[in-house]
Amino acid sequence: MRRKALYLRKLKRATHLLFYRRHRKPGVKGWELRKRLGSDYPKVLGLLDSYLEKLDLQVKTVFEAEAPAEKPTLEQLDRARFYITLRGGLTPKETKMSGWRIDDIAGLAIAISYIISKKGKAPRDEVGELLRDKLPGWRVDLNMDRYIRAGYLAQDENRQLYLDWRTRAEVDEKALVDLLLTAEKVGEEKAG
Amino acid sequence: MLLSSKRQRKKLGEEHLQRIIDLCKSVEERGVDPFLVDVDDVIAIIREFFPEWNSMEELSLDAQAINRLASVIRLQSDWVRHRSTSLYADPFLLEEKLRKLSRESLARLFLHTWHPIVEMEQISPYGLIEAIKYWQSLLPLNERWAKTEFMKTELGSASREDLIKQQIMAEKAFTEELETLWRELKQRVGKNEKIPYWDFVGANTYEETVRRAYLTSFLVTYGYATFEVHRLEEEIFIIPFSKPRSLLGKKQVVSVPVSVSAEEWRRWKESRHD
Repeated sequence: MRRKALYLRKLKRATHLLFYRRHRKPGVKGWELRKRLGSDYPKVLGLLDSYLEKLDLQVKTVFEAEAPAEKPTLEQLDRARFYITLRGGLTPKETKMSGWRIDDIAGLAIAISYIISKKGKAPRDEVGELLRDKLPGWRVDLNMDRYIRAGYLAQDENRQLYLDWRTRAEVDEKALVDLLLTAEKVGEEKAG
Repeated sequence: MLLSSKRQRKKLGEEHLQRIIDLCKSVEERGVDPFLVDVDDVIAIIREFFPEWNSMEELSLDAQAINRLASVIRLQSDWVRHRSTSLYADPFLLEEKLRKLSRESLARLFLHTWHPIVEMEQISPYGLIEAIKYWQSLLPLNERWAKTEFMKTELGSASREDLIKQQIMAEKAFTEELETLWRELKQRVGKNEKIPYWDFVGANTYEETVRRAYLTSFLVTYGYATFEVHRLEEEIFIIPFSKPRSLLGKKQVVSVPVSVSAEEWRRWKESRHD
């Protein structure tokens, strides 16, 4: 009984930590969670994740490097960042509430998938040229700057674009590439 | 003789190293295929010239070349790792798909893979620090709201030339300029009745062309001349009137947009030379 009460308290604390933004960027580092919840924080996060499933939310773990193929070590978890994200996808109608237009989202999809296909780095001019195909010319640079400000893309001094922290936290990169490559079938199936 | 051939060899070696550095740099910065660099060849060149280097500058150039080459090898290894992961997709195929799909389909696809972060915004230590910085950089109210002081100067007079110099007044009155251009138009048209638009407004400099196009638009608006537009041939002619006619209120007036871009001006100038 005491054990259950202990975990309930830890669950509440984890919810507060993960939902409220306390730094410049959202999310909490593993070592911060360990400090506040104790060394069994992965278990607390697991409990929270199964609770959030009913609400179509999830605890998302973003590892510092690539996601480990096997069970992550405590050290890897400590260095990872944890977020609360939607578990399922959004409908086009719901997207309007987020303040993004359909063509902004299409532009983001193009930029992210193009950078993935170029091994995670692509010149800004190339991405811009591809975007010009779908967006009016005057909006191309504005949109790219917006994606950078939001943390989806990052740019270095050589005008090379990379995927930034928000893409890693919010976008299922593999699913995106797979869906694009099978787009004809998907377009028919999922559009309906 | 021996000394001069040694110097030449050193020079050749330095050129080789510089070329290697530039090649590796371009691969790194432009995202070109890293396998364009043949590592074995490059190493053989570096090794061949290494015994020639004595000075600090030469050794530093050699170290730079090796450093750049190491970066390219890292890129090659990243490339192999990427191709072996499940994320690998042929860039050409993917680009083709991106071009083919409509904006709506792309957005719909993306929504299936997009799981936005859920967060509650609140004031954070970072936000407070930013606010304090902003507050501290603000000028005191009495400085921000300070009234503009007036400067007392002696009364004096300005001549017409002074005003022209300060661009307060144009050298010629606007109507005077219009009439000069109208006379020129009539003279250049002669017996032909009309003149192609670009042959009239075109001048040696682009600035002058824009000025003439601007004045010509007033010639037409104020009834000194009219346009004859051949839409199929995409040709515009200017026909001057012998006396100004006001068409306002008598006839339906239409606006004719004419683009006078620098590119068109350049094309017109080249066609004149041909």
